[in-house]
Parts: sequence; C-alpha cells; structure tokens
Amino acid sequence: MGKRGFRLGVSLYLGVIMLLVLVLVLVSVAFLTLAERKILGAMQLRVGPGTVGFFGILQPFADGLKLLLKETVLPRSSNGILFISAPILSFSLSLLPWSVITFNLFHSIADIGLGVLFILVVSSLNVYGIVLAGWSSNSKFAFIGAVRAAAQMISYELSVGLILIIIGVCAGSLNLSDIVLAQKHLFNIVTFFPLFLIFFISILAETNRTPFDLPEAEAELVAGYNVEYSSMIFALFFLAEYSNIIVMSAFAVILFIGGWLPVFGLSFIPGALWFGVKTSFVLFCFVWVRATFPRYRYDQLMYLGWKVFLPITTTFLIFVYAVFAVVL
Amino acid sequence: MFEYLPIYIFTSFSFLLSSILITVSLIASSDSVESEKLSTYECGFNPFEDARKTYDIKFYVVAMVFIIFDVEVALLLPWVFVAFSLTNVATLGVFLFLFILVLGFIYEWEKEVLDWA
Repeated sequence: MGKRGFRLGVSLYLGVIMLLVLVLVLVSVAFLTLAERKILGAMQLRVGPGTVGFFGILQPFADGLKLLLKETVLPRSSNGILFISAPILSFSLSLLPWSVITFNLFHSIADIGLGVLFILVVSSLNVYGIVLAGWSSNSKFAFIGAVRAAAQMISYELSVGLILIIIGVCAGSLNLSDIVLAQKHLFNIVTFFPLFLIFFISILAETNRTPFDLPEAEAELVAGYNVEYSSMIFALFFLAEYSNIIVMSAFAVILFIGGWLPVFGLSFIPGALWFGVKTSFVLFCFVWVRATFPRYRYDQLMYLGWKVFLPITTTFLIFVYAVFAVVL
Repeated sequence: MFEYLPIYIFTSFSFLLSSILITVSLIASSDSVESEKLSTYECGFNPFEDARKTYDIKFYVVAMVFIIFDVEVALLLPWVFVAFSLTNVATLGVFLFLFILVLGFIYEWEKEVLDWA
C-alpha cells in the first residue's frame, strides 16, 4: 500500500467514525428523552410512556416523526433567514464538542492539545443561537427569553472557565486525555468535590435545565426563545438542548470522574463502557434534579452565579496554586 | 494544522446534517398558510407593537462585566502550562493581575451592579 492509499484509508476511516459519532449522538439524544420521561414518571409514581413499541422504546422515534411531518410556520414579522439559521446554528454547535471528547485512550475524532479550550469556546458560542432565535422571531416572549438566557449562560460560564483552569493547573495540560490520565491514582471528584458540585450546578444553568430553566419559564414566558418555532426547526432546538446536556455530562466525567478509567479496579470492563456508564450516571443526576427542585427566581440565579460561585472559584484557584507551589 | 482538520470536517458534517433535517421536513410537511397563523404569538391578542423595544439595562451591564472576567479566563489559560515553571517575578505578575481583578470585582459589588432584586 502506497502513501496515497494509506492517506485515503485514514480519511475513509475518520469519515466513518465521524458519521458513527453523529448517528450515535442522535440515538442517545432520542433515548435520553425517553429515559427522562421514564425516570420522571417513576419518581412521581407513574409509568411514563409505555404504549409505542415494547415498554415505550419507540416513543422518541414516534415523536421525531411527528415533528418531521408538521408544518413549518414562518411568522410574518420575523426575519426569515435568521429565523431558519438559528436552530441550524444551535444544533450544529451542540454537536461540535463531540469532535474532541475522548471516549477511550486514543479514541477521539481529534485529539487536540487545547481540547478544554475548544469545548469552552463552542459552549459559549451557543448563546448566539439562542439570541438569534429570540431576536429574529420578533415576539416579546421570545425576546425576553433570549435576553434572560444570554445573561444566565454568560454568568455561569465564568465559574466554569475558572474550574477548567484549576483542573488544567493540576493536570498541567488542557488536553482531555492528559486530564484523564492525570487522575490515574485519584479522581478529581475526591480531591475537588466542592468544585464538582459547582461545575455540575453551572452546567445545569448553562444548558438551561431545571432549576435554572428561566429562559423557558412556561408560566410567564410560555416557552421562551422558541415560542414561534414549530416542526423540525423546533425539534432542532430540542435536540440541541439534549445534545448539550449529554456532551456536558461527558465533559464532567472527563474532568472529574476519570473518563474511561475503571472504578474499584474493575479493569476487565472496557474503558469506553466505563465512560458510558459514568456519563449515564451524570445524566441521571440531571433528571433527578429536574424531578426534585422547584425553579429558581431570576435574582437568586444571578446572586448564585456572581456572588457565590465566582468568588469561591477564584479563591479556590489561588488556594490550589498556593498549595501546589508549597508542596512542589 | 492536520490535528484540527477532522474538526473542520466534523463541523461541515454537523451543519450539513441540520440543513438536511430542515429540508426534509419542509418537503415532507403539508402547508396551509393563513393570516392568523402567521401573526406573532401574543396570548390571543394581535400584537400591537414591535417586540424589539427596550429591555432592562442590567442585562447590558452584566454582559459588560462578563467580558472583563472572560478576558481574565482567556489570559489565565496559557498560564496553566507554565504555572509551576515561572520565575518569581512572573508569578508575582500573575497574582498582581488577579489582585487588580478582585479589586474591580469588589468595586462592582459595592456599586450594586450585581444586585437584581
């Protein structure tokens, strides 16, 4: 096999891997929505969806098909092109972080040195999709929802960024594999348990989940930034939200729970499976929180982000650096 | 450069996927356009003014404060790689930077920029 054949083989292999990742992300989003409804049902002593397919397994596909066949309504006063491109941007940006997530040792689409920075950047770009949607719909509810969502997401991004720096300082690198391998002996969740809690709460706020789902507070804003959206363009926002949740859970697993590394020395179970199990656990926590906590008030949300999390993480950064500088 | 090539390709794949999904839905769905359906939703009313009016200045101020702190995060990220191999003077510089930032934060706090109640 010549050099050219080798290159062709590598690119074909990468292409197949990328398509596989895309398909698997879509499937996991579908089943996450089902799992959420099932878990919520169980926590409220209901059964949840159970008619379509065996045990309700086909429910998400029925929902998806329904949304696909609905009519796409473009409101008269909206800005057409922006209105359509907002969900496209949202959904594509929510898929992007998957290109650097490491599923197992040497198993990622692109193992770049600045993986953490990449995910941080892409997740902050998510604000654009929402603001674009809220502005271009030219509806009051959508506009207020978008402004709220933007302020909320940028407020919690700061503490996320500082936590990433703390983890990076400890691992001495911003590469996701390096960060996982640095936890070989002790997971970060043990050493930085308070940071893990802050990170988890911040990603709840970043992905606009309960108890921080103020942008779509249905009691006052009907649905927030996506009131005017219908059919597949609404479904894209929905998919984007859930894909973001999954990718952020995977990110939390990599940063704090040791990625693909086995727990309790059970190393006969393959690493990728461990990664999946841990991510599923974090996802379960997302649903658990939704079933448990009432919604925050907006001033409480801002208070928590700016006056609690930001000072704590800043102090923690200086503290961690000082401890390391003394020990080393 | 080669490291990042898969990311570019993945980006185009994901944009392609979302465009395809929308196109399929536009083709597959039925269309029945009428005036009431196309008007902006406002709880049963006909909207009587443009939605792009004024909003609370607080949101703008928060965005401004955010930019300062985001620059801080961006400046600290390269520090991650050299945190323990810097000279004393350079480390002092980093902490001076953090100190000024904290002073600014205290000023914002005192000015009640961060209060929403």
